[in-house]
Amino acid sequence: MNTETIKSTEVLAANTERISGSEAVIKCLLAEGVDILYGYPGGAIMPVYDELYKYQDKLHHVLTRHEQGATHAAQGYARISGKVGVAIATSGPGATNLITGIADAQIDSTPMVCITGQVGSHLLGSDAFQETDIVGISTPVTKWNHQITKASQIPEVFAKAFYIAKSGRPGPVLIDITKDAQFEEFDFSYKKCEGIRSYKPVPDVDFEKVQEAANLINNAKMPMIVWGQGVILGEAENELKAVIEKAGIPAAWTILGASAIPTSHPLNIGMVGMHGNYAPNKLTNECDVLIAIGMRFDDRVTGNLATYAKQAKVIHFEIDPAEVDKNVKTDVAVLGDSKESLAHLLPLLQEKSHPDWHQEFKDLYAIEYEKVIKNDLHPTKEGLTMGEVLKEINIQSKGEAAIVTDVGQHQMIACRYAEFNQTKSNITSGGLGTMGFGLPAAIGAKMAAPEREVVSISGDGGYQMTIQELGTIFQQKAAVKVVVLNNDFLGMVRQWQQLFFDKRYASTEMVNPDFVAIAKGYYLNARKVTKREDLKEAVAEMMASKEAYFLEVCVEKEGNVFPMIPTGASVSDIRLE
Amino acid sequence: MSTEEKQLYTVSIYTENNIGLLNRISAIFQRRHINIESINSSVSEIEGVSRFTIVVNLEEKQMKKVIGQIEKQVEVIKAYYHTDDETIYQESCMFKVLSDLLFEERQIQNIIKESNARIVTVNKEFFVIEKSGRKEEIELLYRELKPFGILQFTRSGRISVSKQPMKISEMLEAFNQ
Repeated sequence: MNTETIKSTEVLAANTERISGSEAVIKCLLAEGVDILYGYPGGAIMPVYDELYKYQDKLHHVLTRHEQGATHAAQGYARISGKVGVAIATSGPGATNLITGIADAQIDSTPMVCITGQVGSHLLGSDAFQETDIVGISTPVTKWNHQITKASQIPEVFAKAFYIAKSGRPGPVLIDITKDAQFEEFDFSYKKCEGIRSYKPVPDVDFEKVQEAANLINNAKMPMIVWGQGVILGEAENELKAVIEKAGIPAAWTILGASAIPTSHPLNIGMVGMHGNYAPNKLTNECDVLIAIGMRFDDRVTGNLATYAKQAKVIHFEIDPAEVDKNVKTDVAVLGDSKESLAHLLPLLQEKSHPDWHQEFKDLYAIEYEKVIKNDLHPTKEGLTMGEVLKEINIQSKGEAAIVTDVGQHQMIACRYAEFNQTKSNITSGGLGTMGFGLPAAIGAKMAAPEREVVSISGDGGYQMTIQELGTIFQQKAAVKVVVLNNDFLGMVRQWQQLFFDKRYASTEMVNPDFVAIAKGYYLNARKVTKREDLKEAVAEMMASKEAYFLEVCVEKEGNVFPMIPTGASVSDIRLE
Repeated sequence: MSTEEKQLYTVSIYTENNIGLLNRISAIFQRRHINIESINSSVSEIEGVSRFTIVVNLEEKQMKKVIGQIEKQVEVIKAYYHTDDETIYQESCMFKVLSDLLFEERQIQNIIKESNARIVTVNKEFFVIEKSGRKEEIELLYRELKPFGILQFTRSGRISVSKQPMKISEMLEAFNQ
């Protein structure tokens, strides 16, 4: 281990004690403030589990039903709390099962530490039982990873892992520990890591750039903000709100930025991207200054880059220098932490209101309402829509619930229509689009914030990818409200097949089981709704439940999500039907 | 799509000396289907700091993005890219040739002398020639020796130093403050 720690504080250094590597793992986790971890035991990690047994009053281990569930639960925990999520698994298949969650955390910048057991160091490279090169496998999808073969390395590696996972642009870290290192005894002391010489997590704010940004904004006639998860990760919600309000700038969000500013805020103009709102997508190509804050111009946001915001001066507030000019060429890049940068920006801004410009958003919203939203939320046709389920959840939760979604049509509908009063309330798999994310992530979210209402919304496809985590819900008595919007299809793929593949529904029709019976099999209260008149009361029953509750809503089979920017099309060419 | 011209860039990466870092760096090139023309890893002028020298053929726009993604790696201290004009660079190569030829073919001695190559070892069966220089010089020597029969040939990756200072020591001092 040659990565030099340059700053650290001593937590337990005064009294070193001789303990095993596995006990040291627990002590490191406790020193980092970990209270819950999610995982699955197995041969190569058993010494650590033995210590988890001894420390169970201090550290709560949640047995998930699959290691993928452990990572998503750790992600849900991290996303709602802002703390580092922890997942643990054995070597070989246990470790490889973590990979989907790790990749998801990497692309969505979620702080997570994953711990894997490994075969004894004398067996490394010999194709031993349950040996897999998890450090090699996880390298492209981790922010950092490291294999420990000596117990004495444990404190330093754990300290670095938590520091790296949480600092700067967060991400997942994997620590692989050989079994002999878990058994080995050594003199333990722990120092928290506060700096690594090769790693600068937050670039210094360049005040000239902030001034340049302010000048552009002050001279703009039609400015528009698009914010992303960077605002939430940087806890810059208040700073963003102050900027928006002072400069009177209409502000839209990416899917991961949702909930940073309340849905009801008059300057919150909705979601950008493939299934985002009509006005912010269209007007991206009309604005004169586009201010991107903590977002990375993902292709699902920009559509065709060649026709994206070409008329606008682009300002990019960003913590990660590698994101600047990666997809969209910026005129002013303000590197740094969004909270700090926006705080410096605020006093430089002139008070403005841009009423005519606001009216353009309102006019386009009216078109979207007439063509799409009205039919989604207040349908007159027979079949239930996903939108009206969301509307009912909004009304009954009063916008206070954290909404955890899976991936697909229900996700887009939920992100479009869910109403949020508080930040860190929209937990979904954005960049990776991981079906099966929702249910286990909701468990982690509920356990991290038991005082909050957590509603998991999935489709019938993704739900069945991690349905076994109902067992975790039951065992942990996690009071998650689980909603499945069942259209008996892999709806988003079916929608594409309908629109772009001449309705050839290749392998998208689902022949589904009795979901209520399955939930009841896990001893959950469960109910199924097929008619509009039962929806309100069913949602009320779910929300009133003190325990976990399963609600299946059978929605129309071939409903589509609009608006839609077809792949490769310009944001201007967003379709309403 | 882009009309920008591709050209050779020498990438210099200063890193912590850690197992697995080569994998992390090469994966960045692999993802974008960038062929690595040559790669060399060694110690640097700073104790405990490694240096990778990687040669790639790229458009500058893409080069910048790759540098950003390399620098983002936790254990990378700093990465630079330079054109050939901005660096002093060398490669090294070795030829193994039958010893008989050295005495029978007088031409070989001239080739060695004119190319500024060096005879590393001679024994009864074979002799070994080493040559450092630009890639074209090495290729020329290869072509000249080829007709006589080359038993073995190998060429190293490029190593290079930049004309402008890279200021890694100053950077590390700043980190330590």
